Amino acid sequence: MARKLMKGNEAIGEAAIKAGCHLFFGYPITPQNELPEYMSKRLPEIGGTFVQAESEVAAINMVYGAAGTGSRVMTSSSSPGISLKQEGISYIAGSELPCVIVNIVRGGPGLGGIQPAQSDYFQSTKGGGHGDYKLIVLAPSTVQEMVDLVQEAFDLADKYRNPVMILGDGMLGQMMEPVEFKEREIKKVDHSSWATVGMGDREKPNIVNSLYLDPQELEDHNHKLQRKYDEITANEIRYETYNCENAEIILIAYGTTARIVQDVIPMAKEKGIKLGLIKPITLWPFPYDVFNDYVDSTKAFLSVEMSMGQMVEDVKLAVNGKKPVHFYGRSGGMIPTPEGILENVIEVLGGLE
Amino acid sequence: MKHEVIIAGFGGQGVMLMGQLLAYSSMLEDKNVSWLPSYGPEMRGGTANCMVIVSDRQVASPLITAPSALVAMNLPSLTKFADSVKDGGVVLYNSSLIDEEYQRDGITSIGLPFNDLAVELGNARVANIVALGSLLSATDICDKDSVIDSIKSVLPERHHHLLPLNEKALEKGLSLVN
Amino acid sequence: MQEAAHGRAPAVATGIKRAIPESIVFTYQGDGDLASIGTAEIIHAAARNENMTVIFVNNAIYGMTGGQMAPTTLPNQRTTTSPRGRDVSSAGNPLKMAEMLATIDGPAYIERTTVHNIKGISRTKKAIQKAFQNQVDKKGFSLVEILSTCPTNWGMTPVESLSWLEDNMMEYFPLGVYKDIEEEK
Ligand SMILES: Cc1ncc(C[n+]2csc(CCOP(=O)(O)OP(=O)(O)O)c2C)c(N)n1
Repeated sequence: MARKLMKGNEAIGEAAIKAGCHLFFGYPITPQNELPEYMSKRLPEIGGTFVQAESEVAAINMVYGAAGTGSRVMTSSSSPGISLKQEGISYIAGSELPCVIVNIVRGGPGLGGIQPAQSDYFQSTKGGGHGDYKLIVLAPSTVQEMVDLVQEAFDLADKYRNPVMILGDGMLGQMMEPVEFKEREIKKVDHSSWATVGMGDREKPNIVNSLYLDPQELEDHNHKLQRKYDEITANEIRYETYNCENAEIILIAYGTTARIVQDVIPMAKEKGIKLGLIKPITLWPFPYDVFNDYVDSTKAFLSVEMSMGQMVEDVKLAVNGKKPVHFYGRSGGMIPTPEGILENVIEVLGGLE
Repeated sequence: MKHEVIIAGFGGQGVMLMGQLLAYSSMLEDKNVSWLPSYGPEMRGGTANCMVIVSDRQVASPLITAPSALVAMNLPSLTKFADSVKDGGVVLYNSSLIDEEYQRDGITSIGLPFNDLAVELGNARVANIVALGSLLSATDICDKDSVIDSIKSVLPERHHHLLPLNEKALEKGLSLVN
Repeated sequence: MQEAAHGRAPAVATGIKRAIPESIVFTYQGDGDLASIGTAEIIHAAARNENMTVIFVNNAIYGMTGGQMAPTTLPNQRTTTSPRGRDVSSAGNPLKMAEMLATIDGPAYIERTTVHNIKGISRTKKAIQKAFQNQVDKKGFSLVEILSTCPTNWGMTPVESLSWLEDNMMEYFPLGVYKDIEEEK
């Protein structure tokens, strides 16, 4: 199929539609506006439904309701709006509902700014809402990867009855790249055993709920969720590695930042420095184990982020004290430059000798 | 082969479209491309810019710190980006709106009256297409025919009567630099 | 000045006013802000009759974010999220905030004005003055809804937008005083 030049935000919309998502509930916020705008145009054309909610709080609860019927549903926002959605996300996770939530991250905290950032790593991967729950968090770094991951996100959500978050940033949402929508079959999943689709022939009504007043019941529910999270961790970890064999320093970066790091590798090589890159694609579950493959051969790890240092905590857990773990980040919408990263690498190396 | 182009100007000068056409045309020639816009309030009235990378290898960072070519449609854009153009690079600036001369060792810098030329062609709004033509002749990023194909796909059907004008504007631009 | 999260200004203003009752507190809110995400906050500030002043700018669109449908977007009005025009059967009906808030027992004064012509501007000035004087006189919650234009996001010239406001918005959002406790006495 021919490649199309598409803006990241719009490509997400088209990918979702091609994955069988016919319901979208959104609310305007920069830098993700093109996604709800695209859905408002496209969904009616295919018999789907777009609703601009009165707030992010309402939008995520519309998602809760629609997901509770077993329908493929998506919402999107950017950081401050995602913060508002956290209550609903906790309910969705607690009620084990499948849905896809897109976060096109901008700088924070508070109202912050509108330029790209990665400072929502914590609120995405560690549970931004209350309670013990996990989202599957997918971090694309190109528009094509975003398209592929959005489509997979719906399958993962259905398979595990779990919310999936696509964690992008303002740059990925705004940029255009060629994309190809690969023909893929929409995996129809039978949700009738739990979804609120009418009584049918059932004896008992299906109830979508996250309330367990009996502590033992709630603990059992948490254990059940945990078993599911263990299964996801066993099956769904994704990452890519570049040049990690015998790298002096291994950089860890995801999303846009991983692309910038890819430009640093040849620059470092010219200076005689061998750099590797681990690019996590699932931020939760985080690819802790891959670090074991390289921890003996490398001198140090450097986490590069558009934040004040969030993923670096997972890197430290992964490295487990066996080698030094460093951090380099820009924040507030400032984007690390290849030159800035290289300078930091040299500093780290100097400190080692 | 890797071209890293910054196109900048006022919001409303069509710099975003110019970049999209460049990316689109190069994609039609099976190259790897990325188009990264500035966004936000600055777009209204202030300066807008986009960064286009065209490469025969996969595009890693879409962000350009040292462009191989700059098209500056107004003075703030020239001031902001011209000094970052790398050795051997090209600066094309809109002398209809920029009175100053910009010259620097190691680069090719040419002032061209894009607005005036567009007016001569009968429509001030094709200044961006004239500029795109001049960029193509200065850099050989992609073929004229690909640009015409992409204008056809980008321009809504109801504006297709403007195609001949756009083609003329492109040719005008192509004739400016040799 | 304190900057509030989108829609929450009436709650923030309540906090300020309750902390320093003698301070003069006003909020400045758009229609997306006051009539969409912040509907709960404005209704409850009015219901509590918080002694504050609300300047509510209704331009029938989300301006800051680039022209999406607002709760006050008119039926059939095109925006970036109602590209075929607002279809009230799925996108709902515009909210008339001045009328709605006037049904609440709390507020002292609610008026809708316009700034698309000289007469409207001078009326708006008076209304704003009154809304602040009420606060000084401890009369309670006062709100002025001001119809205004957004040429950029309406896709019009400034001059065209003035007549669009007059021809379309004023019919749906009639000007006038919707509540005034002084007159009720
Ligand atoms: C929680 C949250 N959601 C969304 C936004 C994005 N946002 C900024 S201003 C705005 C509304 C703009 O419309 P309006 O209130 O009508 O004011 P106008 O810009 O038209 O004056 C929105 C949705 C935000 N800042 N915070």
